[in-house]
Amino acid sequence: MTDLADLSIAEAGAGLRRGDFSSVELTDAALTRAGVTESHLHAYLTLDQHGARAAATAADQALAAGEDHGPLHGIPLAVKDNMVTRGMETTAGSKILSGYVPPYNATVVDRLSAKRAVILGKTNLDEFAMGSSTENSAYGPTRNPWDTDRVPGGSSGGSAAAVSVGSALGALGSDTGGSIRQPAAMCGLVGVKPTYGVVSRYGLIAFASSLDQIGPFARSVGDAASLLEAVAGYDPRDATSYRGDTPEISTLLDSGVAGMRIGVLAELSGDGIDPQIQDACRRMYDALADAGAELKEVSLPATEYALSAYYLIAPAEASANLARFDGVRYGLRVDGETTEEMMAASRAEGFGPEVARRILLGTYALSAGYYDAFYGQAQKVRTLLRNEFAATYEEVDVIVSPTSPTTAFAIGEKTADPLSMYFADVCTIASNLAGDPSGSVPVGLDAEGLPIGFQIMAPALHEAQLFRLAAEVERLARFDARPALATSEVKPA
Amino acid sequence: MPVEIDIAKVAKLARLALSPEKLEEYGAQLVDILEHAERVGGLPTEGVPPTSHPLPMTNAFRADEVRPSLDRDEVLEQAPQSEGPYFRVPRILGET
Amino acid sequence: MTNWEAVIGIETHVELQTRSKMFCGCEVNFSADPNTTVCPVCLALPGALPVPNEEAIEGILKIGAALDCELVESSLFHRKNYFYPDLPKNYQISQYDVPLCVDGHIDIDVDGEEARVGITRVHMEEDTGKSLHGSDTGRIHDADHSLLDFNRSGVPLVEIVSEPDIRSPEQARAYAAELQRVVRALGVSDVRLEEGSVRFDANISVRPAGQAEFGTRTEVKNMNSLRSLQRAIAYEIQRQIGVIEGNGEIVQETRHWNEDSGATSSMRSKEESEDYRYFQEPDLVPLHVDGEWRDRVFAGLPELPSARRKRIVAAGVEPQAAATLVEAGDLADLFDHAVSLGADRKQIANWLTGEVVAHLRRNEVALADTGLSAAHLNELGSLVGEGALSSTAAKEVLGHVLSGEGSPREVAAARDLTQISDQTALDAEVDAVLAANPDVVERLRSGDMKPIGFVVGQVMKATRGKADPKLVSELVRSKTQGD
Ligand SMILES: [Mg+2]
Ligand SMILES: [Zn+2]
Repeated sequence: MTDLADLSIAEAGAGLRRGDFSSVELTDAALTRAGVTESHLHAYLTLDQHGARAAATAADQALAAGEDHGPLHGIPLAVKDNMVTRGMETTAGSKILSGYVPPYNATVVDRLSAKRAVILGKTNLDEFAMGSSTENSAYGPTRNPWDTDRVPGGSSGGSAAAVSVGSALGALGSDTGGSIRQPAAMCGLVGVKPTYGVVSRYGLIAFASSLDQIGPFARSVGDAASLLEAVAGYDPRDATSYRGDTPEISTLLDSGVAGMRIGVLAELSGDGIDPQIQDACRRMYDALADAGAELKEVSLPATEYALSAYYLIAPAEASANLARFDGVRYGLRVDGETTEEMMAASRAEGFGPEVARRILLGTYALSAGYYDAFYGQAQKVRTLLRNEFAATYEEVDVIVSPTSPTTAFAIGEKTADPLSMYFADVCTIASNLAGDPSGSVPVGLDAEGLPIGFQIMAPALHEAQLFRLAAEVERLARFDARPALATSEVKPA
Repeated sequence: MPVEIDIAKVAKLARLALSPEKLEEYGAQLVDILEHAERVGGLPTEGVPPTSHPLPMTNAFRADEVRPSLDRDEVLEQAPQSEGPYFRVPRILGET
Repeated sequence: MTNWEAVIGIETHVELQTRSKMFCGCEVNFSADPNTTVCPVCLALPGALPVPNEEAIEGILKIGAALDCELVESSLFHRKNYFYPDLPKNYQISQYDVPLCVDGHIDIDVDGEEARVGITRVHMEEDTGKSLHGSDTGRIHDADHSLLDFNRSGVPLVEIVSEPDIRSPEQARAYAAELQRVVRALGVSDVRLEEGSVRFDANISVRPAGQAEFGTRTEVKNMNSLRSLQRAIAYEIQRQIGVIEGNGEIVQETRHWNEDSGATSSMRSKEESEDYRYFQEPDLVPLHVDGEWRDRVFAGLPELPSARRKRIVAAGVEPQAAATLVEAGDLADLFDHAVSLGADRKQIANWLTGEVVAHLRRNEVALADTGLSAAHLNELGSLVGEGALSSTAAKEVLGHVLSGEGSPREVAAARDLTQISDQTALDAEVDAVLAANPDVVERLRSGDMKPIGFVVGQVMKATRGKADPKLVSELVRSKTQGD
């Protein structure tokens, strides 16, 4: 019999409703998997076994009483540790928040709870979501379940590793420059960054406010849709939350791609992309064409500047967002003679090197005399990029590319050179700058058995088109490989 | 254009008490990053408005209604130092 | 000797009296216990996001409209970055290059000399928390720590920046006072200096009269009354002249007014380099004030103090009395109401600015806490008109009405203050006084009318003030001149 931890959300939901097993059993299966794998992976920063079992028991009782709260009812999930949870330590992977217990829940956490999902715990991340490998966590790196010498991607590497290995059936991550899609690609998962504003950011510890979005990790496109549907929708506590009707997400999952106009992004088709990834993507383009889609090459020259613009805009916003960590009201304090000294000492001690680097970078980009050349210019490049996307979406329904220029790289490989690490986001950043939805679907393994991700970009609020194509890619790719760690008789290390 | 950074001044603005060695290391890395980021200047942006926000929305307001505040004990419990009903900090420069 | 001219601009911060704060639902309540009106947003807890209070936006638009500003169609919020322990986010959400209101003015009048002070901009921001300085020894000067209360953090704050059009400490005071009146008339803030719900900072420089360019300016803070605003500016002007005439140079800096020493002193700058790194607030979307909204704001403005003063003066009231009425808006409201009931304008104005103001001051009460209504004032006027009350008695009656003893008619009756206007009732009293003073009668008969006042006085005394003095003097005349 299949281990319950390996079920998809859809399968688990069906089993719960058939009475094949309970949410408590499902939750225990995920917790047991975590017990076996955590010593290898370190996907979680906090595992709330007690709270999870209590929530699972309540979910079982509700279901028994005929109360059905939908696809996530009774499903054990993980949440990235940059979303605040009332009464449960939330650190954002930073020493500066070590031991911090928030007095309120992020909107997404409240929404999962309202849907009777079971929250297993909080997953590891690059400190304040700044990074592409989850090596920047103050609490140590997360490892990739497909090869524990490699990174799971980042910054939502903990969520990706947990879902990939089965210590959660699904998870939430956040994506500022690719932090859901890139680890999804590296861990063989479906990961989606929705349109900016579709999921509330209230309670998401801000990295770059105009780019951050929360989204799902799942082992199937349908599961990702269920997760996103559970957390999407207007939130009056987030002034940037989209106030129109929540976009359709799963309505076109079974529609196929006949007649769909797909643009293949020229700028991400050649140099700088691992040839094996190029091949896997090309095979998928051909398969999609065979399935009735119209493929054509599209060019967005401004995407060549996206990485540069991103590494000005995101640090600039971060430099202000992270100013509140000052040792006054919560978090780490290092004593000083004066408050000024105390603040500067606490921040120097509490922030890791990547965070300090980005704060310095952002402070500089905003400072008098440099604003126009750096931050101001980057915001204009953002406009050009949006204009190019808008023009391209006149001709095609969606745009596709690889998700990541490489498959999972070795732990420590890029840590010495920040700039080389920044290039890991080269495929994903444009969608954040534009605010458009974008997702990654696994399409195969490279020669070393590492997953390859296929990126789908769609116009703002056109999640339904993104999921429509994602579902077809999933059918065509028939990607059903699982990491060794999830399937073999693994013993705790 | 070579990028010049007064890294000590930037660190002061950012309230980061960094050692001279750290400052030098970060300063050099920032120059590398900014020399790459400077590429943004290569695009013609004359007359192009900046995008600060991806969705074209205006006037997201809340009604003037009082909502419950937090429990003070719960708030102060997270404080590194408190005194009575207050947060406590060392002497503040520039105040009496 | 150089003739020096002062150039003054004033920055005013007004706390709006909305129910909830600018970006969160915490109550605006200045008497709440420390750190009890705080939440994730105004404490800047990780993950919290601001959402603007629509009523506060409405409040600033009213202020802008009342100051004759242009209400800007598209406006933005920015982050103003500086580290300070009472500023929880370590940036203030403010407005930078696109404020909500621009290009207004206030007209002032100092001893009959009128001047117009331009308003550069009116923008929306948020207040900070409060720091209290103490030390374990209890002595303030060697304070080794501070205590923080964030109840005030995030209270909506409107900043009003004047043009450097002010030329004297007196004009500065007149500007500040008129601005307070305008804001008070709008009902958006009680603008009390002592309680910090309005704060004035003055930018001051001096230059030789006739010189076009400005001198180096200093910014003076911490004036907590209109009087200290005027004093601080006067001091700072003289200090700057002294420095320049002593061949010194003015340093651009922030200076602190010390009420006790009557002097300004240099303050250490909060952010040495003053690089605020403004950028558009990504947690908020732009503001859009369309034509319909603007029209609604202008249409909803109440009569403003200057217009009200002019109207009341035009109705025949002395300018000084009109100013007193308008200064305390509720007096002018009562005036308008009583006049609408048909009362005599001058008489009502006299009572209100005389007895009523004196009563309020003496008893330290607000008008609303007294028993006085417009109907009462009208009734009092009628009683005087009918001759039932002397003007002296009317004032006494008014005092008792203010104390809540009832309507003027009730008070007059209960206290037996109604005037004796009945001739037959007074005949005997007049006769008695005349009989007792034959020498006076002699003088009156011979045409020396001076003692008539004495007779009236004696009759008033005998009737305990209730006699109608006009009638008494008529009677005296007829009794001594008739035959
Ligand atoms: Mg201000
Ligand atoms: Zn609050």
